[in-house]
Amino acid sequence: MTGRGTRISLAVWSVLVIAFLWIPLAIIALYAFNGSTIQGWPITSWTTHWFSVAWHDPDVRGAFELSVKVGAITTVIALVLGTMAAAAVARYRFFGREAVSFLLVLPLALPGIITAMALVSFFNFAGIQASIWTIVIGHATFCVVVVYNNVVARLRRSSASLIEASQDLGADGWQTFRFVLWPVLSTALVAGGLLAFALSFDEVIVTTFTAGAQQTLPIFILDNIRQGQQLPVINVVAFAVIVITAIPVALAQRVMRDTGVIRRGSAQVTEAVEAAEIAAV
Amino acid sequence: MAADAGVIETGPPIRRARLRLSGFFWRRPWLRAVGLLALPLAVFLVVYVGSLGVLFISSLWTSNSFTSTIEHTWTFANYRTIFSRAGPYLHIAGFTLEMAAVVTLTCAVLAFPLAFFMARLAGKRTRALFFVMVLLPLWSSYLVRLYAWQTILAHNGAINWALNGLGLPDQNLAYTNIAMWIVYTYVWLPFMVLPIYAALERIPDSYLEASADLGARGWRTFRSVILPLALPGVVAGSIFTFALTLGDYITPALIGGTNSDMIGTIVYQNFSTNLPFAAAFAVIPMAIMGAYLLIARRLGAFEAL
Repeated sequence: MTGRGTRISLAVWSVLVIAFLWIPLAIIALYAFNGSTIQGWPITSWTTHWFSVAWHDPDVRGAFELSVKVGAITTVIALVLGTMAAAAVARYRFFGREAVSFLLVLPLALPGIITAMALVSFFNFAGIQASIWTIVIGHATFCVVVVYNNVVARLRRSSASLIEASQDLGADGWQTFRFVLWPVLSTALVAGGLLAFALSFDEVIVTTFTAGAQQTLPIFILDNIRQGQQLPVINVVAFAVIVITAIPVALAQRVMRDTGVIRRGSAQVTEAVEAAEIAAV
Repeated sequence: MAADAGVIETGPPIRRARLRLSGFFWRRPWLRAVGLLALPLAVFLVVYVGSLGVLFISSLWTSNSFTSTIEHTWTFANYRTIFSRAGPYLHIAGFTLEMAAVVTLTCAVLAFPLAFFMARLAGKRTRALFFVMVLLPLWSSYLVRLYAWQTILAHNGAINWALNGLGLPDQNLAYTNIAMWIVYTYVWLPFMVLPIYAALERIPDSYLEASADLGARGWRTFRSVILPLALPGVVAGSIFTFALTLGDYITPALIGGTNSDMIGTIVYQNFSTNLPFAAAFAVIPMAIMGAYLLIARRLGAFEAL
């Protein structure tokens, strides 16, 4: 359908766009090893000195710990609420079902500044002081939907009759969950949880509104970039943040891909069965 | 309970109780649905929808300019300030919209050929590799990527180095609106690639064969078959690029210059000193996105998300 010339130009274009996406990341990774304290290009001398400086910096450590804590709590909340909502929406028909799924996607579809400003107004109105919990609430609003999306997609592709069969065979609720639901859902939950953590770990817009005087790692970076302070340390932290978020995302991708093959296989079986049923009718 | 008796007469009492409980819920699907939905829905309604409600209400209050305390008197004063032709705010809102539109368009132009290549032309391995190479930047820290661009665009950064290498003079791109355009395009591009890719991948080969059988050449098939089917993907991507641009204040602060204030900038500058005004200005992008989402829904973008 497409000519040879078109194919080649599309391939070249694609490679260029991918390069555009990756060159800045490569550059910031190189700056982490910059031997000079001046942020200039090209880099002329190399060192790993700033890694140990950043590692021993109490501000970096404090910010890192807060970010991990917030990420972990947010992930747990997102897993619980996201899975519950997904199970209800995927398995039951009720009035307002579409509205519920729309409501959950809203924090992701609306500009971040709105979520941030709405929460600030709410905290101010309710007289809630900034704490780790105000950060967590802010992050949870848009992390729930990440888990929700993953679980809903998985439940829609798996058959509800599995649960029925389990109950028919005499399993109680816990056994059905442990031996039937968990194997179906586990990778979706792991992937959703990893992505929720990555999202929380990076978040900066909502956090600057809800954190008060607390510093998460992104806020620490932002404050220092704005003032142009200790850029060699920031280079290292920036590099670390990229790596720390890349790991869970790559893992999530891998987990979903591996099960994706099986899923696609079973989906084909379902389709074949459905086609046979239609033919029989 | 009598109906269960046949199944659960045997086994220890705890197991019997558990089976009875499972049976109880099994026969009442509405109770299970309510049980699953109650907690997440309640939390979302109270925290999120409640917050949006308070945002609206706050936008109708005022702030004492000396003490920064909120005065609970109802007034449209904040909106009048925003919409007054004399003030800078209408212009800022217009600039933000313009930036969002231009960035969305640029992203679509850059993303479409890449998505097309990935979905329809690339082999299995290339496709998987490209997918990960688009996915990782999407999830990697947006702040770090802005910082990367700040160093690249700086006077002694990589761009000027590359230009000099080609024998061209230095460009003062740092702290300009052009820099913001480049950086926004860069940070939101993956959000455009993935929905278009998903939409293109879903087009059955048989449609293209049918089109060819009916005598359409490559370009005609592209325009009449592929493009209409890919459009929901483009619209889905544009929801992200648009919303993310409207809701940002960090790019203007780090990459932009003195004339680069956006809606987010004003909201951020005012939220601790004049909360009602900041709230009112945050309602503007909400109204814009509300309208945008309604149109997107019409165009079938939600199925492509």
